Amino acid sequence: MNAPAYNFAYLDEQTKRMIRRAILKAIAIPGYQVPFASREMPMPYGWGTGGVQVTASILGPDDVLKVIDQGSDDTTNAVSIRKFFAKTAGVRTTTHTPEASVIQTRHRMPETPLTEDQIIVFQVPIPEPLRFLEPRETETRRMHALADYGLMHVKLYEDIARHGHIATTYAYPVKVDGRYVMDPSPTPKFDNPKMDDCAALQLFGAGREKRIYAIPPYTKVVSLDFEDHPFEASRTPKSCALCGADDTYLDEVVTDDKGGRLFVCSDSDYCEQRRGTETSA
Amino acid sequence: MYVAVKGGERAIDNAHRLLAQKRRGDPAVPELTLEQISEQLALSCDRVMAEGSLYDRELAALAVKQARGDLVEAIFLVRAYRTTLPRFGSSEPIDTGAMEIRRRISAAFKDLPGGQVLGPTFDYTHRLLDTGLGESSPSAETPPHPTSLREVDLSPQAGRGEAMPRVTDILGDDGLIEPCPPGDPDAPVADLTRAPLAFPAGRELRLQNLARGDEGFLLALGYSTQRGYGRTHPFAGEIRLGEVAVEFMAEEVGFAVPLGRITVTECQMINQFRGSATEPPQFTRGYGLTFGHCERKAMAMSLVDRALRARDLGEEQRAPAQDEEFVLSHSDNVQATGFVEHLKLPHYVDFQSELVLIRRMRAEIAAAEAAPHREAAE
Repeated sequence: MNAPAYNFAYLDEQTKRMIRRAILKAIAIPGYQVPFASREMPMPYGWGTGGVQVTASILGPDDVLKVIDQGSDDTTNAVSIRKFFAKTAGVRTTTHTPEASVIQTRHRMPETPLTEDQIIVFQVPIPEPLRFLEPRETETRRMHALADYGLMHVKLYEDIARHGHIATTYAYPVKVDGRYVMDPSPTPKFDNPKMDDCAALQLFGAGREKRIYAIPPYTKVVSLDFEDHPFEASRTPKSCALCGADDTYLDEVVTDDKGGRLFVCSDSDYCEQRRGTETSA
Repeated sequence: MYVAVKGGERAIDNAHRLLAQKRRGDPAVPELTLEQISEQLALSCDRVMAEGSLYDRELAALAVKQARGDLVEAIFLVRAYRTTLPRFGSSEPIDTGAMEIRRRISAAFKDLPGGQVLGPTFDYTHRLLDTGLGESSPSAETPPHPTSLREVDLSPQAGRGEAMPRVTDILGDDGLIEPCPPGDPDAPVADLTRAPLAFPAGRELRLQNLARGDEGFLLALGYSTQRGYGRTHPFAGEIRLGEVAVEFMAEEVGFAVPLGRITVTECQMINQFRGSATEPPQFTRGYGLTFGHCERKAMAMSLVDRALRARDLGEEQRAPAQDEEFVLSHSDNVQATGFVEHLKLPHYVDFQSELVLIRRMRAEIAAAEAAPHREAAE
């Protein structure tokens, strides 16, 4: 039996070139979902294969990689993906946002503002913002082509009529550069404003659905809303029990079975920096 | 408490160690060899090769062992290896008409040139648990040699040179069944592992998708067509199992070079006839082909292939099995299992944002309900 040998960062160079072409196209058409020939990866579909393929294609030996899931470097899937690249690419890894040149994330945007020298890669489960309104790809592609987004506005309006609020709290749809309506991936809508005019390149990879899309640096990203129901970046109105921050996104930790709750920063690196503690991941 | 979400790295390492231990099971029990899996769990290996889209029995056996017998997991292991392999090109089309037959049956004709060859099949076994298999004495392990009207040659060369005509070719000679679309040898071969699937998909892409699709999913869809959800009036025209040669056109030498022989199962379904003002009625076709011996899969595939041809044949499309986007988007068990199981991953930041909204909505409702009471009290 031949022992399998793997290339730098797992993917073969031909595959990386194919993915880079898709990334370039995605950057050229902000918010547009570019189909790409997604590969099977050694982790399951739905666990970040799109993000991993994008990261593998842009990673160089000098890059410093940070991987977060739910805002934290220590969640199991973040650990697993970070180890994967440490093993297959041998790149330096970090948990400190400012040190990283590439950040792969699931469900969060770091609290620390990103810079022009950074690329953030989002893992995307369902890239199509219209999917739950229209299950057919042939239809949704046509709707994007015609910028026919009436259905989305009707959905948001119906939410307000029924609940008094827009009932979408994460994966909240945005319009990119005034053209394409885009799914920001299942980040809480608290993070949407961070995507607007962001200095870093934002790349989105959906492996199972075989789509890549992008927000180039300093691009206008507007969360969909109505004049009388403006978009609101909601968070739990509490302070972090560890660092005291009152402007970060908080995780709720159940401390006992008598209603005890504790709120802590979801961005564990940001929280640690504020507390001045050093940790090794 | 907050510690609960920390220390993921050590937890993962320990989980992997525990998994390795569980995979091995009781160390007092001898460890399975790949040969044992390949020989005695042959149909597991066949399914892993077929849905893993990689013809390598040894790797399939290794995957079955590593996956603790979980075949979808084994298929995933094989796929994740296969995708890293370089691609030299496409082989020449295999000729199943020249197959060395191990099994060949037709439900459409009582007898036909080449005859009915049952081969190794569960079909007419009584499903009674054979307690004798539970004991491993040498005599119990050596099954009796088959005897036959004709002398049965079980050697790998059995049947070599005795090509059996395909039932569909026999019907085709009389014009009773639609012809296979003529192949264009110079046309590029679509490859859904190298280009994302786009809709509408051509039949070759549909068949590629079904060939690696989940057996259970295709079985249920095929079954649904039999129960009226996209009925196609199928007859099992022919099912054949055996070995075919794989050849690769080597441009440098100018002829096709044999690469080896593979076992395949082919099913040709004969379906509902149609005719038009210009053409007399003809039966239509559904096609299934798999690596290895995967008869249930090949049959289900041919039913679904025929159902998916509804659009091309101008039929009404109302049933799930006729819906190309629905079928092709959900047939892959590696994709399906990944996405279903990803629900195990933490989702607490999203859940938190839902909590914020639902608490706010409940507070608003409670405040609205409290308001009239206050007025009444004043």
